[in-house]
Amino acid sequence: MSDLGWIEGALTAARPQAVAALLRYFRDLDLAEEAFQDACLRALKAWPANGPPRDAASWLIMVGRNAAIDSVRKRSKLTALPDEQVLSDGEDREEVEAERLDGADYRDDVLRLLFICCHPDLPATQQVALALRIVSGLSVKQIARAFLVGESAMEQRITRAKAKVAGAGVPFEAPGPVERAERLAAVAAMLYLVFNEGYSAGSDQSERASLCDEAIRLTRLLLRMYAAEPEIMGLLALMLLQHSRWAARFASDGNAVLLDDQDRALWKRPLIQEGLALIDKAMLARKPGPYQIQAAIAGLHARAQTADETDWAGIEQLYAALETHTPSPVVTLNRAVAVSKLHGPQAALNMISPLAERLDKYFYFHGMRGAMLKELGQTREAREAFNKAIALANTPAEAAHIRQHLDALSAQK
Amino acid sequence: MRYAILCYNNEDAVFSWTKEEDDAVMGRLNVVHEKWEKAGKLKPSIRLLPTSAAVTLRKSDDTVLDGPYAETKEQLLGFYIIDVESLEEGLEFARELTKANPGGAYELRPIMIYNQGS
Repeated sequence: MSDLGWIEGALTAARPQAVAALLRYFRDLDLAEEAFQDACLRALKAWPANGPPRDAASWLIMVGRNAAIDSVRKRSKLTALPDEQVLSDGEDREEVEAERLDGADYRDDVLRLLFICCHPDLPATQQVALALRIVSGLSVKQIARAFLVGESAMEQRITRAKAKVAGAGVPFEAPGPVERAERLAAVAAMLYLVFNEGYSAGSDQSERASLCDEAIRLTRLLLRMYAAEPEIMGLLALMLLQHSRWAARFASDGNAVLLDDQDRALWKRPLIQEGLALIDKAMLARKPGPYQIQAAIAGLHARAQTADETDWAGIEQLYAALETHTPSPVVTLNRAVAVSKLHGPQAALNMISPLAERLDKYFYFHGMRGAMLKELGQTREAREAFNKAIALANTPAEAAHIRQHLDALSAQK
Repeated sequence: MRYAILCYNNEDAVFSWTKEEDDAVMGRLNVVHEKWEKAGKLKPSIRLLPTSAAVTLRKSDDTVLDGPYAETKEQLLGFYIIDVESLEEGLEFARELTKANPGGAYELRPIMIYNQGS
C-alpha cells in the first residue's frame, strides 16, 4: 500500500470515534464534520513526513478541535460569540480527551453518533444514507451510486435528514443502562438496514454490495466497544455468515442461486469461522435474542458441507424460537421452508396458508407458495403464485429466479 | 534462537481495509514469508480473528470475560515463530515484514519452551 493509501485507511478507521468525540465537544454535527475534515487535511500533510501517530483518533480529535475553535473565532468577528460553555467544558480538555480514548466512557460517543442516524421519524433509507454520510464518511456521490439515485437527489435527502435530526435535538446526556440498551437496539437495527441494502444488491452492483462490508466494519467497531452484548455478537455473526456466501449467490449470468444450489466451496471460510466463533461466544451469556437466533440459523447452514447435510430439524426449532421472540408472518414463512424439508410441501402449505392475507404483497410468500405447489404437481396454481411473485419482485435477480420456475413449468407441459 | 514475533496493529484500521487492500498486503507479506520459509527459518505463522471474537478466562475466579485480556490501542492480531541465528536476523525479518505492511509494531520475544504439538 502506498503511504497515502495507508493514511486514508487510518482516517476511515478513526472517523467514527473522532467525529463522535468532536460532536460531543461542539454539540453541532456540521461543525464536528468540518473539524474532522480540517484535521484530515492536516493529517495528509503531516503524516507522510512524520509517520502516522500511534493513536490516530485522538490526534484527529485534538487537531480538529483546535482548527474548529480557530475558525469559530474568526467567524465570531462577523457574528455574535457563541456561548463559551458550548465550546469547552474545561481547560485541560486535551488530556481528558486522550484519557477518554482509552476508557470505556468513550464508547457512548460513538453510540450517540450512530443513534442520531436512527431518528424514528426518518424512513429506513434515510437512516442508512445519513449513517453512511456521517459515520462512515462516504461521499454523497458514493451513496447516490449505492442507492442508484442521482447525486443531487441524494444530497437533498441527506440535507433534509440532517435538518430533521438537528431539529430533534441530540441527546448529549450520558445514557443510563436502560437508555443505553435502547440506543444499542436502535443502532443494531439501523446497522442491519445498512447491511441489507448491500445484501439486496445484484451481482453487477459492487458499489451497493460494499455496504455489507461497511455494515460489518461498523458492527465490529460497536462490538469492540460493547464487548459483552450478546445481541451485538449475534448481529455481527449474522452479517458475517450471510456475507460469507456472497460469491456463491449469483450465477455467471447474474441470476440468483438458491442456498441449496450454491457452490459451497465459494463460501468465505474466514467469515464463517468468525461468525461461528461469535455465536459460540454469545451462547455463553444465555440471553438469546432475535439476532443470535438468526445467526444460529445461518450458522447451521454454514456448518453443512452439502445442502443435504443441513440440520433442518435444528433450523425448524430455531425458527420456532424466533417466532416466540419476534412473532411475524415472515418468520413463520421461513419456518415453513424448514418444515417443507422435514415433512414435505403439503405440511409447509398448511403452515403458510393462514398468512395469505397478511403476506399478499410479499414477494417471497408467493414465490414459496409457487415452489410448494409446483412440487405437489399443481401446475396451474403454481403458475398463478409465480405470476403474483414476479409482479412483486424487488430486484431483477428475484424476477429472473421466478422466471426460471415459470420456464420449468412450461417445459413440463 | 527461536523467537515469537507478535504482530500488533490498530484493529479498527486493519479491519477497515477493503478486500483489495487486504489481498495486496497479504500478497506482499507472502513474498517475505516464502523467502524465509525456503531458508528454513520461518515456522508456523498465525493470523488471528478480531478481538471481538475473543473471550478471556480469568483464572483467579474462573470468570469468562468478553474480549481480549488487555485493552490497548493496538491489538495482538497474529504471530510468527521464527528460528534464526541472532536477534539481528530476527529484526531483519521483521523489517522486511514492515516494508510489506507498515503501521503498528512487531514485538520480538525469545521463546523459552517450544512444543511442536501434534
